[in-house]
Amino acid sequence: MKIEVLGTGCANCKTLYENVKRAVEEKGADVEVAKVEDIPSIMKYGVMSTPALVIDGTVKFSGRVASSAEIKEWL
Amino acid sequence: MLKILADYLTYDLLGLNPASRLGGALDFFIYDTVKIFLLLAGIIFLVAVIRSWFPPEKTKQILSHKTRYLGNVVAALLGIVTPFCSCSAVPLFIGFLESGVPLGVTFSFLISSPMVNEVALIMLWGMFGWRIALIYIGTGLIIAVVAGIAIGRLKMERYVQDYVWEMRVGKGEVTTPTWPERLLYAKEYTLGLLKKIWPYVLVGIGIGAFIHGYVPQDFLAKWAGRDNPFAVPLAVALGVPLYSNAAGVIPIVQALTAKGMAMGTVLAFMMAVTALSLPEAVILSNVLKKPLLVTFFGVVTVAITMVGYLFNAIL
Repeated sequence: MKIEVLGTGCANCKTLYENVKRAVEEKGADVEVAKVEDIPSIMKYGVMSTPALVIDGTVKFSGRVASSAEIKEWL
Repeated sequence: MLKILADYLTYDLLGLNPASRLGGALDFFIYDTVKIFLLLAGIIFLVAVIRSWFPPEKTKQILSHKTRYLGNVVAALLGIVTPFCSCSAVPLFIGFLESGVPLGVTFSFLISSPMVNEVALIMLWGMFGWRIALIYIGTGLIIAVVAGIAIGRLKMERYVQDYVWEMRVGKGEVTTPTWPERLLYAKEYTLGLLKKIWPYVLVGIGIGAFIHGYVPQDFLAKWAGRDNPFAVPLAVALGVPLYSNAAGVIPIVQALTAKGMAMGTVLAFMMAVTALSLPEAVILSNVLKKPLLVTFFGVVTVAITMVGYLFNAIL
């Protein structure tokens, strides 16, 4: 499983990234977590508001922050 | 109701004299704080729920079928309800242009979205009344439409960074949220926003209360009154570095109005605070070449300054 956090480096993007890492750690899941900051890669997913969360190539949501509890349910 | 609460706390519980400066300032501080936070919590939540129907992807689809003029008007209106944060300005800008939204229409959206935002409106409503808040919305929309049309007419497409035109944007899947999701999103958004702005609101109201209690009446009439032609440009220049702190700035400005600052100057200042910001300019320089960036800020600055003079003359 691969989770990507899309965002150009705003405060909310960092929060989401931290939440994802915490969720993965707490669950002990075997997940690759990556931060995607370059515009062409973000645009490739058709995302227009950051931060966005991509799981295995599918956009889960965009334009908000999810709590680590919410993310855990997707792992 | 709130006035009674504030009076009770200040004069009965703390035993301060209503005629004293400290009493007056504290009474004002308690009343305003409670009122503003109630308004903020309620309205931000409501706006967040409404916004869940207008994700930027949908706004883009609506605007890509619109021509000039009508497109500018629709873009300015959608700017109110589409959630926008300057950190998403770049993907939003590229997404709009790529799907065929005209450059001028895109700018109408980019101007209206941060300027006509719910925090500024609530603060204006709470501190100045609904009339001033409505004037702010109305003139904000007009500026966004006119400035967007002006930028569209200048045909500055070649001053958009070249890579923007070559960008391939994927098909964004927009899932329709359920009602519980809308409410959850709105709750999180409201709490997040309140957490971010509450210190500014408190400090702003605190400084405002101090000014109310201690600064002599008509203190500012000479410098910031309607007769000083330099007050409006100066207010606009001062507003730029105060970006996104509408929450903290409005209570201070309200107190200054009571001391003689003219209403047009206040409106121009507020618009400069929300619409013109250096961080946003830096972010937009990723997609705009210098001539277009300068034109954008120039057109908006001129429009805001004119609004200031206009309302100083008629209000």
